[in-house]
Amino acid sequence: MKEFTFTVTDPLGIHARPAGILVKEAKKYNSSITLYKGDKSCDMRKLLALMGLAVKQGDEVTIKIEGDDEEECAAAIEKFMKENF
Amino acid sequence: MVVATGKSILNGIAIGKIKIYKAPVYDIYEGIVEDIEREVERFNEAIEKAIADQSVLYEKALKDAGEESAAIFEAHQMMLEDEDLQDSTREIITEQKRGAEYATKTAFDNYAQMFAEMDDPYMQARSADLIDIEATVLDFLLGNDTSSMQGTEPSILVAEDLAPSETVKLDKSLLLGMITREGSANSHTAILARSMNLPSLIQCKEIDDSWDGKLAIIDGYNSCVYIEPTKELLKTLTAKHDEDVRKLALLEELKGKPSTTLDGTSVHIYANIGGPSDLGFVNENDAEGVGLFRSEFVYLNSKEEPTEEQQFAAYKRVVETLAPKQVIIRTCDIGADKTIDYMNLDKEENPALGFRAIRICLTRKDFFKKQLRALLRASAYGNMGIMFPMIISKWELMEAKALLKECEDELKAEGHKIGKYELGIMIETPAAVLCADDLAEECDFFSLGTNDLTQYTCAIDRQNAKLERFSDTHHPAVLKSIQMTIDAGHRHGTWVGICGELGADPTLTETFLRMGVDELSVNPKSVLPLRKIVRSVDLSKPEA
Repeated sequence: MKEFTFTVTDPLGIHARPAGILVKEAKKYNSSITLYKGDKSCDMRKLLALMGLAVKQGDEVTIKIEGDDEEECAAAIEKFMKENF
Repeated sequence: MVVATGKSILNGIAIGKIKIYKAPVYDIYEGIVEDIEREVERFNEAIEKAIADQSVLYEKALKDAGEESAAIFEAHQMMLEDEDLQDSTREIITEQKRGAEYATKTAFDNYAQMFAEMDDPYMQARSADLIDIEATVLDFLLGNDTSSMQGTEPSILVAEDLAPSETVKLDKSLLLGMITREGSANSHTAILARSMNLPSLIQCKEIDDSWDGKLAIIDGYNSCVYIEPTKELLKTLTAKHDEDVRKLALLEELKGKPSTTLDGTSVHIYANIGGPSDLGFVNENDAEGVGLFRSEFVYLNSKEEPTEEQQFAAYKRVVETLAPKQVIIRTCDIGADKTIDYMNLDKEENPALGFRAIRICLTRKDFFKKQLRALLRASAYGNMGIMFPMIISKWELMEAKALLKECEDELKAEGHKIGKYELGIMIETPAAVLCADDLAEECDFFSLGTNDLTQYTCAIDRQNAKLERFSDTHHPAVLKSIQMTIDAGHRHGTWVGICGELGADPTLTETFLRMGVDELSVNPKSVLPLRKIVRSVDLSKPEA
């Protein structure tokens, strides 16, 4: 399993359109990807669930990735989040 | 005559009959249904159509209103594709034995409710997106044709609110203006109104069904609408409307035309912009490039110092979007009146003469190198210029260039691609003007920052209202400085532009052309009016 934490710097947080692109990115991989914010979590392939967590600027989230392509998946997701959020 | 007020979207006049636009009312069967499989199948078909429809709406919005407005349909498409949303709709059909319409309404409303109850205003607004896509799915299920609701003659549309999909579906040739009771300045309606130049009012609380079919005038300049206006008012505002139309037509006519004088001298007219959100204005006003892109936005929009990756992504987007047009990005100009917490800058007695811009960057080299690396990496994606602010001595320029070279070597060693770019400096102090010959040897271009140049030359604080009587924006010393800079630049093959407010002053355009200026970089709205002046000047004849 791979895991990393990330602090959101985008003033709008994880908002609609980039969240949608993040979901598309996540769907490219076989691994399961779960995002944790405090005691809540969601499957990163699900846009409305992801938006429902209302991740805001300054929030710290943890992403856990598990599966046969977890290495490259984790690298791609982390890079995407750094560039977009 | 009735007068109602609202928030005006743009300065303009619309005259025409009112058409009241009513959102469709859905008549939905709420009882138990027998053929569950058929209902699931109907929902599957409708959602497929709704998903495909978003691509059509995206293309239409892109054409009518631009990228910002189109993006919402991409988001809508992704929401419609959401597994949870689809599964919960199908579950209502199969477990509660209800029709596809009832299930859609219930499931989508539940999600809309979830967003409406969130404490973040941005997320609350997403509730409207769910309602909008719900309507699209219901329209497909019920076979509704929504195109007839606009009427058949050109009119001013009055509605409670217009969802993005409703707005984009409107026949634009029948649309004179829009008035809504709800809506915000960033709503889809407002974006479309701006990009299509439609005078519109939002948050007009007084709209009334009795207005239907009556003659009305939207006066965008005064944020109001007159229903059944008096004869005099109709005459005055018709004249104003015709004048606006003539002006706009003239400007439209100038789009794509070169900024060349009658005797054949060309000048580049570029735009000044402050962030990626201004990108649309560049093309809208047909600017030939960007002469001043203030990089401060990457620093000001962030609580912590932005990383190289974040900066790279921002610069790349800007350069890539406008390519092959040139984009001149000014390096960090923090300090003086622009301060940021994480920079930990001391309070200064005299900030205008203090620790700012290149002085900070040459002191905090690691900070500066992050920006230089991000800029160099972005240069591979378009036509970039890099510009250093507040240079007063040649050694500063040499030191900045050495850092740039250092970053370039590092990046190449790391395997990054670097594009071709021009290098220039702002000329905004008397010191730079007097040393312009030395500086020109080391630059591709100069850009005159006339706001600071005027305040430093005349020792006049531009923010002090008491000095108004003493302040002269056309001070001969400033104009002489501009001429000296242009001459010095040209002696060394360095092109010279003006990016300060003076560049947009129409009374000086001919003067600057006679001085030999190569580029004027101005606020986007001034681009076409200036081009009009340039095209009417004849430099072969003595100045009038």
